[in-house]
Amino acid sequence: MTLLYQFHFILFGLIAVVSAILFVTRKSPVAGVLWLVQTFAALAAMYVMLEAHFVAAIQVLVYAGAIMVVFLFVIMLLNLGHVKIASDIRDMRWRLSAGAIGLLLLAELFVLMRDRLPQVLPDPVGMDPLVQPNVITPLAQVLFRDYLLAFQVAGVLLLVAVVGAAVLAKRVSPRT
Amino acid sequence: MIAQALFFSAILFTIGVIGVLTRRNAIMIFLSVELMLNAVNLSLVALSRLHGVVTGQVFVVFTMTVAAAEAAVGLAIIIAVFRHFRTVDLENINLLKG
Repeated sequence: MTLLYQFHFILFGLIAVVSAILFVTRKSPVAGVLWLVQTFAALAAMYVMLEAHFVAAIQVLVYAGAIMVVFLFVIMLLNLGHVKIASDIRDMRWRLSAGAIGLLLLAELFVLMRDRLPQVLPDPVGMDPLVQPNVITPLAQVLFRDYLLAFQVAGVLLLVAVVGAAVLAKRVSPRT
Repeated sequence: MIAQALFFSAILFTIGVIGVLTRRNAIMIFLSVELMLNAVNLSLVALSRLHGVVTGQVFVVFTMTVAAAEAAVGLAIIIAVFRHFRTVDLENINLLKG
């Protein structure tokens, strides 16, 4: 791993973290969503550097592109976009307890991953784009062979979600 | 590089937790949950790279599927709640409060 590569990886990570902090602290939900989109874009860059090109592509297309647009659409539908005088961030007691819980969680995660990470990475199986120009093939082999049942169940889950969302969001007519 | 990825993943997850705990707007809480899902995705991709296999990336695809379904249903519920209460502030939605 060259130093330049590592530097860019940390740079994208810092962009993601700073955007996430700005997302959590914004008053306006619209500004929050836009900062979150930037976090997702930085995460997509990190996925590319971790040689997960397909995941990076769907991160941009599906997450930053589709899901966030749905969120933005609902925020504007409910007319929450304007910054109200009272922010929706809770008072200082909540903030302090949330910060304490966050620090506790962070310490726990760092203790869990403190050591036992090998410094030399193995060659990715079939993921080297120089050897195999098609990076999707190994992914598809795992997805459609080992996890075929889970794939089908995910399809049913999406169908149920679409039907459920349509039923839930349907406007009840005043006569009935 | 894997260590840095796990480091950033932990920080992003913690920011998501703090967002869930400190916001009152239901949509912002929902977005914080999405941030936590993405933090987990980052560690899945990093550990997939660590072991040199693509199984972790397949799990990320499934996570994104579930996140999309969750966003659709959750936002529909938020719209239904907003129609009923005219607000999405969780302080004012206290039907189950004892």
